[in-house]
Amino acid sequence: MGKYIVKRFIMMIATILIIASLTFVLMHLIPGSPFDGERTTNPTIQANLEKFYKLDQPLHIQYLSYLKSIVTFDFGPSIKKPNESVNELLARGFPISFELGMATILVALLSGIILGTIASLRHNGLVDYFAMTFAVVGISVPNFVLATLLIQQLAVKWDLLPAATWSSPLHMILPIIALATGPTAIIARLTRSSMLEVLTQDYIKMARAKGLSPARIIVRHALRNALMPVVTILGTMLAGILTGTFVIERIFAIPGMGKYFVESINNRDYPVIMGTTVFYSAFLVFMLFIVDIAYGLLDPRIKLHRKEGDA
Amino acid sequence: MNKHQLDHAKEQIKERMDEVDKSLPVGTSVMQKNRKKTKKVRSDIKVLQVNNLQVSFRTYGGEVEAVRGVSFNLHQGETLAIVGESGCGKSVTSNAIMGLIPQPAGIIKNGSVLFKGKELTSMSKSQLRKIQGVDISMIFQDPMTALNPTLTIGEQLTEGLRTHKRVSKQEAKQKAIEMLELVGIPNPTERLKQFPHQFSGGMRQRIVIAIALICEPELLIADEPTTALDVTIQAQILELFEEIQQKTNISIILITHDLGVVAKIADRIAVMYAGKIVEIGDKRAIFYTPEHPYTKGLLNSVPRLDLVGEELQPIEGTPPDLFSPPKGCPFTARCPYAMEVCEHVYPFTKAISESHAVDCWLQDERAKALQELS
Repeated sequence: MGKYIVKRFIMMIATILIIASLTFVLMHLIPGSPFDGERTTNPTIQANLEKFYKLDQPLHIQYLSYLKSIVTFDFGPSIKKPNESVNELLARGFPISFELGMATILVALLSGIILGTIASLRHNGLVDYFAMTFAVVGISVPNFVLATLLIQQLAVKWDLLPAATWSSPLHMILPIIALATGPTAIIARLTRSSMLEVLTQDYIKMARAKGLSPARIIVRHALRNALMPVVTILGTMLAGILTGTFVIERIFAIPGMGKYFVESINNRDYPVIMGTTVFYSAFLVFMLFIVDIAYGLLDPRIKLHRKEGDA
Repeated sequence: MNKHQLDHAKEQIKERMDEVDKSLPVGTSVMQKNRKKTKKVRSDIKVLQVNNLQVSFRTYGGEVEAVRGVSFNLHQGETLAIVGESGCGKSVTSNAIMGLIPQPAGIIKNGSVLFKGKELTSMSKSQLRKIQGVDISMIFQDPMTALNPTLTIGEQLTEGLRTHKRVSKQEAKQKAIEMLELVGIPNPTERLKQFPHQFSGGMRQRIVIAIALICEPELLIADEPTTALDVTIQAQILELFEEIQQKTNISIILITHDLGVVAKIADRIAVMYAGKIVEIGDKRAIFYTPEHPYTKGLLNSVPRLDLVGEELQPIEGTPPDLFSPPKGCPFTARCPYAMEVCEHVYPFTKAISESHAVDCWLQDERAKALQELS
C-alpha cells in the first residue's frame, strides 16, 4: 500500500508537470499579450511593465521561472489586478467553488444512489419509470438552461429563493440543484442498472436464504457491489462538476474561482492562468487518487499494490 | 383382439379415469400413508410435508406452470433426492419451500408446505425470515457466485447467527471457527478474515455449507451442491454431507440431476418430470425396480462401467412446454410405451410397495390386460 502511494504520488507530480507545460505552451501560442487593450499603452511603459513581469526574457527562461513558481507555489501578483497576488485570489475563490462543488457531489451521490436503488427495487414499476424519465431529462438538459429556468420560476416568479450571490445556505439551493441534476441522473441510471444486475446474483439469494432483513441485504450485500461503476465515474464526474461551476458561478454571480479562470484567459493574465490551471489540475489529480483508494476499499479483489517481483 | 373388445376396454378405462378424477385431488398421493423405515431413517417425525404444491410464473409469454402438484414427506435425518432434467421444476420446488420464489412473477397457486406443523406458504415475509437460515437452510449450486465478494468469510458466516440469535460478536466468531473446523477448513481463525476470492472452489462450497449450518437448522436444502465442482471435490463434499448428517441428524433435500450423487447419499428418491413427481421411492426400489418409463430412461442414460462397448440410450425428444402443459401424462410424447389414454388423462398414483409409488397408466390392471391382448 505504501509503495503504491509513493508510486502514485510520483505519477501525480508528472501529470501536473505535463499539464502545466501544455498550459504554458498554449498560453503563449494565443496571440496577444496582457497589455493589449483598447487604449494603446506608451511603448516605454509597456517595455517597463514587460520587464517587471519578466515577459521580455526568452521563452525558455520564462518557462524555467514558471516551473519555479509552481514548485514554490508562488505565482506572484496578477497582471490585471496588481495589488492582489494569485495566491490571494485562489484563497478567496477556491473555498467557495469547493463548497459548491462538494455540496453538489454530495447531493448528486445521495439522491442518485437512493433514486437508482429504489428504481431497481421497483423494477418496471411506476417509481422506476418516473425515476428513469427524470434521469433522461436530467442528462439531456444542460445545467445553464436549468439554472435560468430555476431562477425564472423559483426566484423571480414565485419569489421563493434568492436568485443569485452566495451568502446564506438559502442562496446555495438553486445553484446546487442546477449543478447536481445532471450528475444525479447519471448516478441514478448507473446505480439502477448495476443494482439490477447485482440483485440477480446468487449471493443475494443466499443472503435472503439466511433470513436477513431486506435493509441489510440491500445496503450491505447489494449496494456495496453495485457502487463500483459509480465510483469509477466519480473521478471524471468531479472534473465535470468543477469545470461546470464556471458557467453556474457566472449565472448565479457566485464569487468562486470560475470567474478568475475565464477572465484570466481573456485578459492573457499569465500568472492567474498558471495559478488556476495548476491548482485545478493538482486538485483533480488528487481527487482521482482518492477515488482509486476508495476502489480498493470497496472491493477487496482489487489490489492496490502489486506482488513482489511483479512490478 | 377385435374392434369391439378394444372399444369396450377403452370405455372402461375412461369411466375409471373419471372416477379417479373426482375422488382424487391432483397430486394427493397414496404413498404418503404408506412408508417404510429404511435402515438410516429411525425417526417417525415428519420434518416437512409438502402437499399438492403448485407454483407458476407470470411472464410476457403467459403463465408457466413450473410445479404442478408436488407432494412428498421428509422425515428427520432422512435424505430425499429430487432428480430430473433441467426445467422439470426441482429447483422451483426447493425455492418454494424456502420462500424464495422470485416476486412478483412467481406465485404459489395452491398446496401447502408444512414445516414441523407450521404452514410456510401463508406466512408473512417477516415470519418467514425467522425460519429461513435458522430452521431451514439452503446451499446453492455455484460456490463461485454464492459468496459475496466484498465481505469477509467471517462476516458472511456470523451475520445469520447475529441476526437470529442473541450472541455476542465474540461468541459468533467462536461458533464460526467451530463451523469452519467442522467442514474441514484449516487455520479457521486466520481464514475468517479472508475474502471469498482467496479460496478455491471446493473450499468455497465448504464455506457455503458452514454458513448454511451455523444456526443448526433441521432441514437443509441443497440445490445441486456438487454440480459446479470437479469429481474429487464432489466426493469430498458428499462425504461431508454424510458426516454432518450423522452428527446432527439433519434432514436433507438434495436437488440434482446427477444419479451418481443420488446413489451415494440419498435414502429416498423422487423423480420429477414436467413439474410433477412421477415416481418416488426408496433408493433401492428406484435403482433396481424402476416402474416409470421416464425413470427407466434416466437410468439407461447413465454411463456404466460394467457395460463396456454398449451405446448409451438417451431419452429421445424434449420435455413439454410448460406454458401449456399437456392434459395427460407429460411424458407421453417421449414414452416408448405410450397408450392413447396417456395423452388425455394424467394417471393416478399407484403404490407398488409401502415405500414406492408411481404415476403411470402402465400400472393399471386394464392397461396390462390391453398390452397382453395386443
